[in-house]
Amino acid sequence: MSEDIYQDVFSSFRGEEGELISILLRVQERIGYISEEAVMRISRFLRLSENQVYGVASFFSRFRFDAPGKTSIKVCMGTACHVHGGSLLADAVGWDLGITYGQATPDRRFDFQRANCLGCCTLAPVVEINEQIQSRVLVTKLKETMNRREEF
Amino acid sequence: MKNFKQREIEAVREWKALHSGSTPVIYIGAATCGIAAGALDVSERVRAILEKHDIEAHLVHVGCIGPCYLEPLMDIAMPGAPRISYANMTPDLAERIIENQFLRGDPSLDFAIAQFSTNGHDGTARLPDFFDLPMLKSQVRLVLRNCGFIDPENIDHYLANDGYRGIQHAFELGPQAVIDVVRDAGVRGRGGAGFPTHKKWQFCRNAPGEVKYVICNCSEGDPGAFMNRSLIESDPHCVLEGLLIAGYAIGATEGKVYINADYRLAIARLESGIAQMKELGLLGENILGSDFSFDISVKEGAGAFVCGEETALIASVEGRRGMPRSRPPFPAVSGLHAKPTIINNVETLGTLPNILRYGADWYRQFGVKNNHGTKTFSLTGKVRRPGLIEVPLGIPLREIIYGIGGGPWKAFKAVQTGGPSGGCLSEEYLDIPVEYEAMAGAGSIMGSGGMIVLDEDTCIVDLALYFLRFTQAESCGKCAPCRVGTWHMVTLLENMTRGQSKPEDITRLQVLGETVKRASLCGLGQTAPNPTLTTLRHFRAEYLEHAREGYCSAAVCKELVTYHIDPQRCNGCQLCRDVCPTNAITGVRSEVHTIDLERCIKCRACYEVCRYHPQAGNAVVYESARRVMA
Ligand SMILES: Cc1cc2nc3c(=O)[nH]c(=O)nc-3n(C[C@H](O)[C@H](O)[C@H](O)COP(=O)(O)O)c2cc1C
Ligand code: FES
Repeated sequence: MSEDIYQDVFSSFRGEEGELISILLRVQERIGYISEEAVMRISRFLRLSENQVYGVASFFSRFRFDAPGKTSIKVCMGTACHVHGGSLLADAVGWDLGITYGQATPDRRFDFQRANCLGCCTLAPVVEINEQIQSRVLVTKLKETMNRREEF
Repeated sequence: MKNFKQREIEAVREWKALHSGSTPVIYIGAATCGIAAGALDVSERVRAILEKHDIEAHLVHVGCIGPCYLEPLMDIAMPGAPRISYANMTPDLAERIIENQFLRGDPSLDFAIAQFSTNGHDGTARLPDFFDLPMLKSQVRLVLRNCGFIDPENIDHYLANDGYRGIQHAFELGPQAVIDVVRDAGVRGRGGAGFPTHKKWQFCRNAPGEVKYVICNCSEGDPGAFMNRSLIESDPHCVLEGLLIAGYAIGATEGKVYINADYRLAIARLESGIAQMKELGLLGENILGSDFSFDISVKEGAGAFVCGEETALIASVEGRRGMPRSRPPFPAVSGLHAKPTIINNVETLGTLPNILRYGADWYRQFGVKNNHGTKTFSLTGKVRRPGLIEVPLGIPLREIIYGIGGGPWKAFKAVQTGGPSGGCLSEEYLDIPVEYEAMAGAGSIMGSGGMIVLDEDTCIVDLALYFLRFTQAESCGKCAPCRVGTWHMVTLLENMTRGQSKPEDITRLQVLGETVKRASLCGLGQTAPNPTLTTLRHFRAEYLEHAREGYCSAAVCKELVTYHIDPQRCNGCQLCRDVCPTNAITGVRSEVHTIDLERCIKCRACYEVCRYHPQAGNAVVYESARRVMA
């Protein structure tokens, strides 16, 4: 099964070094993170060392190396959101889930990330829950949403 | 070429039919800001309503028209009437307005904010013209002229608005003459530094080599800026045409758009735009019958601020870690794959089609001496009317913040431009003109377009720390001044926000900042201390209050803030007690509650319920107290 995913991703590339980042992005889109197997498969495909592949992947904040949680919560930490109290929201999520950003809950139900800017600064502060933007979020509003977590 | 001419004519005909035909048109703003505010739900409902009542109307998704705080925006243009704008739509409200309009002939003017008299119809006296709204009045929309008017996914809409006329004129002129036009127009790079665009181009054109590249920089790493993203989402072809023009001028064979992978919608629009260009012969061999052959591809970046820097960007496009290298050689001589390469900002490229279409003199009428043309900004923070704006250079900063933005809700404190590389300006600088030299002279920078207004509720030290934490985390680690220096600066600032620093720390911070600035390898390190250094210059008193008195006047720095309940106001409603995650609040119903400071984590939930709940008494207070010096 996993064989197919890589084959599938690789089929739209030529196998040049310059494609590494795009391949990493496509792989992460498919399996949610960059696994050890992914590093190995990509390194073989591009004829680069595994070190090189991991080196590039670990340079960019976008790539992650553990499986994501099911419900994704992204708190925006951009400047506009920061001045509107975004860090309070991050604290609130952290307290509620018992983890800090960059982590998933041990049961993999929740995933807590920070974003540098979600591009809707005029609606600050914003939080993205499963690709849905919540705008002008208050700590209490966020808590309410999180309390309805069974619905996710 | 003949086919293309034919297509142009058809596009114009189609455009005219859309605007003066007998079918009503409904426009919905569906760029990232609109979608976040719920534009797609509105659109879905509108579609359903039209179907339900069997109403014939065109539903067009347009890009961002600017006042993002009014999103989702829905506009209706009835045949023979001006287009009318309705703000802050919800599906229910949209349904009501559509039914009123189409079933009862009532345009619901109470919900309308403005009309567009641009399409030649007399409007109603009750509504202002859209461009006369206070937010739009002092704007000049050149780069953004199509945004909110055309369907970004339809190349015909772009063609009907003089699209790809610029490149055609460029072909008539020849490459060197294009560079001369750009020189005469006085175009300066909009990516931040304001370097004269024609100079880079000339270097690159003169550099030997068959293969040359031009890259559009849409890295947009400034966290809190969205103008490049909005432009591509709303009018991708103006950037793509700019890329063609740049490629033609320098003799490039290939163009790339380097774009943050998070910008999904923008990437999709670029890709569909490129496909449409190919179809029309605007890419490939011998474009429009000329001797110019060119291709464009999209190259996704994976979110690193430093990749906005030219050499780091190139490393990342080549599939390596995004580390900058020292220059020279400059990319214009040896860049991507060691070939001459030009990197231009999205907005710089987006300006070119207009200049080639209407000429250098036309462009020079906007702006002031040595600072010609316009600049887009994403105006955000504590202003009443945040959004995407475009202003002529030389406009006073005050006009942007108060005229366009409507000023802050509370007392003004500062305006931040240039993001993590920029600085903060205080009230006394508000009358300086917005131009490269004046902004730099005042201690900030023009930057790529982030503009964040701060009011009295923003702590300057906290903001400096915020930016420095960002650059410290984004430092690629190649050179020690940046890697280690920013870390030490963060530590000093952290101590300050915790009330644990000594007054001499301020001097240490300043000296360290200047060292990092001078000794770092690339632009990231060289500019990382700017937010700290400019605020040390303009807001030193606030640093001193933090360092000496453990006092944060804005009550932002958590460790310097305490929460308590005002016994005069507390009505014992128990809402705060229920919302507190750590059970720090105690009290029986109808009696005054108290907060146990040992348990309080300062999450602000109690403050919010107390303040915004109708039954509560607005009694929770958070404040910082001055420490008495021992
Ligand atoms: C750390 C750093 C980040 C940068 N980020 C961007 C960016 O996000 N977008 C951009 O256009 N230019 C950015 N620049 C500036 C570019 O390196 C470059 O000067 C610019 O793209 C040139 O285009 P222009 O001449 O059209 O302005 C950045 C520079 C540095 C040092
Ligand atoms: S800063 Fe949060 S969306 Fe831009």
